[in-house]
Amino acid sequence: MLLGRTANGLYWMNRYIERAENMARLVDAGLRMALTRTQDASEEWNSVLLSAGSDIAFSQKYQDYTAANVSDFLLRDTSNPSSTMSSIETARNNARMVRTALTRETWESINEAWMSLKRMLARPVDERDLPTVLDAIKRETALIRGSFYGTMLRNEIFDFSQLGTYVERADNTARILDVKYYVLLPSLSWVGSTLDNYQWESILRSVSAHRSYRWVYEADYKPTNIADYLILNVRMPRSLTFCYRFLGEHLKFLADDYGERHACHATAEKIQAMLRKGSIKDIFDHGLHEFLHEFIRDNTRLGDEIAQDYRFY
Amino acid sequence: MTSEGSTRLAAFDEMLPEVSGLRRPYEAYDRWLKEQDPARLTQKMQDAERVFRKTGITFAVYGEQEASERLIPFDIVPRILSGQEWRRLTQGIEQRVQALNAFLDDIYHRQEILRAGRVPKDLIARNEAFLPEMIGVRPPAGVYTHIIGVDIVRISENEFYVLEDNARTPSGVSYMLENRETMMQLFPELFQKIKVRPVENYPQLLRQSLAAVRPQSAKGTPTIAVLTPGSYNSAYFEHAFLADQMGVQLVEGQDLRVVDGHVAMRTTEGYKQIDVLYRRVDDNFLDPLTFRPDSALGVPGIMDVYRAGNITIANAPGTGIADDKAIYSYMPEIVEFYTGRKAILGNIPTWRCSEPDSLKYVLEHIGELVIKEVHGSGGYGMLVGPAATKKECEAFAKKLQAKPSNYIAQPTLALSTCPILTEKGLSPRHVDLRPYVLVSDRIQIVPGGLTRVALKEGSLVVNSSQGGGTKDTWVLDD
Repeated sequence: MLLGRTANGLYWMNRYIERAENMARLVDAGLRMALTRTQDASEEWNSVLLSAGSDIAFSQKYQDYTAANVSDFLLRDTSNPSSTMSSIETARNNARMVRTALTRETWESINEAWMSLKRMLARPVDERDLPTVLDAIKRETALIRGSFYGTMLRNEIFDFSQLGTYVERADNTARILDVKYYVLLPSLSWVGSTLDNYQWESILRSVSAHRSYRWVYEADYKPTNIADYLILNVRMPRSLTFCYRFLGEHLKFLADDYGERHACHATAEKIQAMLRKGSIKDIFDHGLHEFLHEFIRDNTRLGDEIAQDYRFY
Repeated sequence: MTSEGSTRLAAFDEMLPEVSGLRRPYEAYDRWLKEQDPARLTQKMQDAERVFRKTGITFAVYGEQEASERLIPFDIVPRILSGQEWRRLTQGIEQRVQALNAFLDDIYHRQEILRAGRVPKDLIARNEAFLPEMIGVRPPAGVYTHIIGVDIVRISENEFYVLEDNARTPSGVSYMLENRETMMQLFPELFQKIKVRPVENYPQLLRQSLAAVRPQSAKGTPTIAVLTPGSYNSAYFEHAFLADQMGVQLVEGQDLRVVDGHVAMRTTEGYKQIDVLYRRVDDNFLDPLTFRPDSALGVPGIMDVYRAGNITIANAPGTGIADDKAIYSYMPEIVEFYTGRKAILGNIPTWRCSEPDSLKYVLEHIGELVIKEVHGSGGYGMLVGPAATKKECEAFAKKLQAKPSNYIAQPTLALSTCPILTEKGLSPRHVDLRPYVLVSDRIQIVPGGLTRVALKEGSLVVNSSQGGGTKDTWVLDD
């Protein structure tokens, strides 16, 4: 038996852990672009902010789209509710609230991540130290995930946690693609320029897939392959299809456990079916932007339905 | 009992009294201690702090700017009681706890103790801790106060006194458990050498004890839950800890509602009935329909469910009347009235400032006394005369004269000391002791308790909210 409030806390705890890490990946990709481009990098930082969903809040605070401003805003600014620091803080508050549902190892890894990042992000990060800080963020979240997978019982507590992780991750991957969808359109990138190559690599880098891409596809970046990898690949752990495979699985566990299906099950199945039946060509024919737009909307709806169906509030 | 008018009181040291030398309960520990490398002990002290911080055993302090999380300092020198000392204490505590429950039952029913004139009627009728809503209500199994933390101070080899009967929602038991856990992690060899009675089974005892007082309407295994005001409460760690150790749900007011005449919690599968609620929320906040209407911490309608006998609330609403500081001074009479015997554990002499003669005495001796608010707790709003400046005494005297009935006064006792480990080695500090008592169809006292220690040299205030620390408390299996 699980309290609705506890399920809610588990769900959001994991969404925010995922988010804390995603912010680090986005900054990482942005940094790389800024380093490799000779021209003004402000456009690149703007798309990083768009992917993070933080562009409006940023523009209210800053005028210059510089590495220092953007990384400060996305990593350590506590007035930005999605920054790594805010996310880890929210994750920990949720963990504190659901503490009785977590193993000691899981709780301690979250608490320690919070303590260490709080220390590390207490003052503005020198640009030279950014790579170290980004690595530390990824390491802390990896430790949380490790203790979570290693010690948690596979029951409803695990299921609600995973739902949070994958709803957040799917949202994140879809947003990254949507911000850059135009560089993936065939009409514009029939022949990949150097610039396009940087853009494509940046997309892969922001989901930490620039190396594994080569294991799956040919060495050259091709926009359709990149889109295929991030949307339809079943094995790529941040692809939309991968996320929905696990969302479907955990929702099924819950339906079996409780002996009851809800609206969220139908929604997840609808999205899964859409991902299963289409080829990447169909998606491009339908319109990549439209596809992503619908996906983000449906994914958000799934989150709302889960909250309602399982009495989070 | 004398008060010296100074904070440097000649105190009885429980390990090494000046007169008689090392006391027997500490002999084995002392032998071990002398073999230890001081540097290693300092290291262990730091290890202990890391353990506590990592596990998030923190304590929020009210009134600080940020909702900060602080550790309660932990000292690695245990406070040790012999089996014989403990047996004597438990007899006194059991008698006292029996009397407290009998008093509560009487005060909410026939009020014989008032009719007999042993406790003044006024003290009850005009007391905020007395809940008229409880008149005529008999809680399941007839138990009012299920969990009690009796604060005991010692002033000599054989003199123990009860300082306070915490009969509402005593806190700190998680520290008793974690302190032991930490000691066993840091010094496993010590526990092989010295036979210390275990405290680890407290959560199981608590669970059994709560299950035993379930309402008659509960079928099968009763569903138990711990009610917390939420994760921002200063004792949230303890609420979560106890729920976890007992394997029961930790609920907040927002999770609960009355469904079909029962209190139920909102789960992912709908509402589930609760039979026993171990609440860590004050009476006032328990039911906005009965008490404070603005409270969001409680459950609207829970008092109706309670009166219908469909839920056990532990501790029962209205138990505060038994540990009120104004009632405290009548405890010797109360114990004798209900048990027919003299109290085994004495009270500290108390002046009730509501009585003109006492007020006069207190004002004349303000620099020697400890003066407490009748309804205060946690060491807030008290004056320790010998430690206060003349100005503070004068200011307090004004408050006292403005509302004398709000205060009681006690002599400044030379609380016993127990050494703590400092950078310069062992150094004595004042301590008190809070054993935890569980009441169901029987009374159980876990051998040990929470020893609170005033970390500042000479200080008599042991409250954690005022900079006190804690120690592991050993009862020897001898």
